[in-house]
Amino acid sequence: MEEINALFHGFSVALTPFNLMLMVIGIVLGVLIGVLPGLGGANGIAILLPLTFTMPPTSAVIMLSCIYWGALFGGAITSILFNIPGEPWSVATTFDGYPMAQQGKAGEALTTAFTSSFIGAFFAVVMITFLAPLVAKFALKFGPPEFFSVFFLTFCSFIGMGKEPPFKIVAAMMLGFALAAVGIDTVTGQLRLIFGWHELMRGFDFLIAVIGLFGIGEILLSMEEGLSFQGRAAKIDMRIVIDTWKKLPKYWLTSLRSCIIGCWMGITPGGATPASFMSYGIAKRMSPDGAKFGTGMPEGIIAPETAAHAAGTAALLPMLSLGIPGSPTAAVLLGGLLIWGLQPGPLLFVEQKDFVWGLIASMYLGNIVGLIIVLTCVPLFAAILRIPFSIVAPVIIVICAIGAFTVNNAMLDIWFMLLFGVMGYAFKKLSYPMAPLVLALVLGDQAEDAFRQSMLISQGDVRVFFSNGLVGSIMALGLLMLFWPLIGKLKARMRNAS
Amino acid sequence: MEDKQVSGEAAPSGISVRTAEIVVAVFLLILGSLVMYDSVRLGFRWASDGPEAGYFPFYIAVIICIASLGTLGQVLFGKSRGEHKVFVEWEQLKLVMSVLVPAAFFVFGIQMIGIYVASVAYIAFFMVWLGKYTLIKSVLLGIAVSVATFMMFEVWFKVPLFKGAFNPLSFIGY
Amino acid sequence: MDIQRVLSRGLLSLAVCGLVTVSGPVAAWEPTKPVEFVIPAGTGGGADQMARLIQGIVAKHNLMKQALIPVNKSGGAGAEGFLEVKAAKGDPHKIIITLSNLFTTPMATGVPFNWKELTPVAMLSLDNFVLWVNAEDPYKTAREYLDAVKKGGPNTFKMGGTGSKQEDQIITVAIEKAAGVKFTYIPFKGGGAVATQLVGKHINSSVNNPIEAVAQWRAGALRALCVFDDQRMPYKDKVTATQSWNDIPTCKESGVPMEYVMLRGIFMPAGVAPDVVAFYVDLFNKVRATPEWKKFMEDGAFNQTYMTGKSYADWVAKAEALHRDLMKEAGFLAKP
Repeated sequence: MEEINALFHGFSVALTPFNLMLMVIGIVLGVLIGVLPGLGGANGIAILLPLTFTMPPTSAVIMLSCIYWGALFGGAITSILFNIPGEPWSVATTFDGYPMAQQGKAGEALTTAFTSSFIGAFFAVVMITFLAPLVAKFALKFGPPEFFSVFFLTFCSFIGMGKEPPFKIVAAMMLGFALAAVGIDTVTGQLRLIFGWHELMRGFDFLIAVIGLFGIGEILLSMEEGLSFQGRAAKIDMRIVIDTWKKLPKYWLTSLRSCIIGCWMGITPGGATPASFMSYGIAKRMSPDGAKFGTGMPEGIIAPETAAHAAGTAALLPMLSLGIPGSPTAAVLLGGLLIWGLQPGPLLFVEQKDFVWGLIASMYLGNIVGLIIVLTCVPLFAAILRIPFSIVAPVIIVICAIGAFTVNNAMLDIWFMLLFGVMGYAFKKLSYPMAPLVLALVLGDQAEDAFRQSMLISQGDVRVFFSNGLVGSIMALGLLMLFWPLIGKLKARMRNAS
Repeated sequence: MEDKQVSGEAAPSGISVRTAEIVVAVFLLILGSLVMYDSVRLGFRWASDGPEAGYFPFYIAVIICIASLGTLGQVLFGKSRGEHKVFVEWEQLKLVMSVLVPAAFFVFGIQMIGIYVASVAYIAFFMVWLGKYTLIKSVLLGIAVSVATFMMFEVWFKVPLFKGAFNPLSFIGY
Repeated sequence: MDIQRVLSRGLLSLAVCGLVTVSGPVAAWEPTKPVEFVIPAGTGGGADQMARLIQGIVAKHNLMKQALIPVNKSGGAGAEGFLEVKAAKGDPHKIIITLSNLFTTPMATGVPFNWKELTPVAMLSLDNFVLWVNAEDPYKTAREYLDAVKKGGPNTFKMGGTGSKQEDQIITVAIEKAAGVKFTYIPFKGGGAVATQLVGKHINSSVNNPIEAVAQWRAGALRALCVFDDQRMPYKDKVTATQSWNDIPTCKESGVPMEYVMLRGIFMPAGVAPDVVAFYVDLFNKVRATPEWKKFMEDGAFNQTYMTGKSYADWVAKAEALHRDLMKEAGFLAKP
């Protein structure tokens, strides 16, 4: 096996004390960046990129990719503890992670999240090791119609999941789409929905909305619940890790499915955020406990975390082998390669063996180091919940404000965050669902771009979405997902009849 | 939570769910109309090479308006749509406002004197007022948080945060 | 402080007139706090890469006592960044890197902004554009390709590019005008995506910058037809197995009478003292002298024209007029 040899060579490159030290530093920095909303993945790496300028390229990329792993791990922490997703892809983790923490199972939720992340990443790395050239070609098949079909599938697997009144689900989702449309339109270059107010030009960043709707909204809600100024009891014992691990194997099917969804979305490159939503949606449809999702089911953490991490890792493959960034973070790393004097692309695997296999080896090592670091910190993270509310609340609001500012370096965004907070509070109490709003906001403009690019290509012919096997089958899968609840009902009726 | 509100001897006073529903639905209706207005300006037709810039926003806005009219109809004409339920009691609202109002002042403070100084003031105020901590303790914690963020963002990560219209920290060279 | 400024104001006029190229402590002014380096584009793009490279070079070689801090302000096709620098009148601790959106964004969106409201510092380089097709297609020259486009009829061939009503689409319009053809222009969000779409044959051609497409070119997936500069690129080292950048003919040679290069330059807010400008000009002189910068220029096949002071301002004024003509003709100007 040529790959195995190359991989061992990679380990010999990566396993120097200097590189190991960089890995640990990278993971710790990454977790920190992931925890702070707004400073996540792409921003964080862009900020730290010039620091690696003086290092050899292999060490530099090891450190930066470890920051990336760390940020992936870190995003889950605030989602679970405070309902504030530090990263876009950890939004879906809040759906079940936060309820679990509320029930005093923060340690369990964190362990589940970290372990799932690790499994997802590991699966993706193994795939990269053995299937890289094969899989990379697949990404080239994705033109605008195929991209649109992927977004379509994501929406379809997520729509119609709620128990909320249909009018409100629709209103919330459309509000998300409308917010996503604010700012410059990629296809025509026109400014949309800014009403002459130039500050609106940058549009509504998804993170601002999420920090407000989820984070600030939640603080307002818990304020109302009669001064819960006491911290919540959470077990802070290392044993929680072992106990949780014992329960995890029975969710193997969800894990496997999420790994596959994640890898596929990372390569195509749809990215980690749609992967996490899609995986959550599908898990909810497939699981026998589907109806209880949203109340604190471990499966509701496993599905998005595994998929997000698998996608985040798999996104590096098209970056290395084709020079296409599979995610914003990968785009920044790509810039890094150029700055270090390397050329990403099909020849990288041939010309820079040390670099590529060193990086792949560091993916294995980095994830293992990362898992150990974050797991040992589980009790520490869980203990944060014991801090009284009157200390935690203002600090969270300060951190949210900083996060909202750093996304676009815009003061106005802090005001919007506050506004979204009030909206989140009202929406939650009136049972307007937040998930469709957020999903539409994060994917809305990308989906619209892909749709309109397809229309330009086909000169306005909608049949382009069924013009070849690939796009046709993804669209068909989407339609199947859309009508899944109906199919379920039909099945039940048939069973009753017989 | 629900039980606490609905049961109880006398119905607790506050903003009714009905009022809140109407406010939010009308808010969405206005938003939808605004979006529709701008979409018409941008062009909302299906041109020969696919949809124009305003096509999607227009129909999105139409759907928002229909959905909020639907909600509004249910609230106004539906039976027992939460007429007696309380959205938020005055007592609760007071608590919520005790977080929201200072938070608004905090954001205004950021605009004027920058994130770092405003954070110290806000954290200290919150702890003293709602947590009944001593002033010293509160101010110290506020300063600790601010210094930590300052070191992390300005010094290590080199990310400049907002210093405010009147930068009170200009004397330290940032 | 004031006296110093008056004194240096005497020096400045000399400095701006061209003496600045002499490196060394010409300028009396030095930054007293970290300098914000505004990037009117998103993370990962060409301008972002260049800005972060400069940050790295400045830090590595200790070219400045204070840090240089890149800040992305990409909203509204970069308009956000320009408006901010415009608003920061007299702020000596703010510089901005620009690309063609310096002209195209205000023209296409109607955002109230013009480069004359900024202080030109230095042109770092000019970025080239190359006409690319998929290597599996039969077209060997620009002429062959454009003939095929003509034969295929209007809107049959798809040209991919970055953004709408920006440089890529302007070049497309210029080609259409020069060759009497009509493309369907498909806008994407980034240059990397365009190159990949071309490799995957979802589009027929692109006008990527060299650095955006070089990887695919070397791998034999793309073919370079012509470069839009008025002369061939000077780099003679083999990049692919058989070709160097220098082997790519200019579009003029191939019978497409047009040229286009994109500004990569530095501006500052208006109303700054001349010694401040002199400081930054000197700084970029030093940056340009480093081996890292030279390698980057060569990798990306940049046109290394360097200008400061009046010649730079004149160049920008000319480029603006050119853009206005092209955009007017294409109907890209914002409706008032």
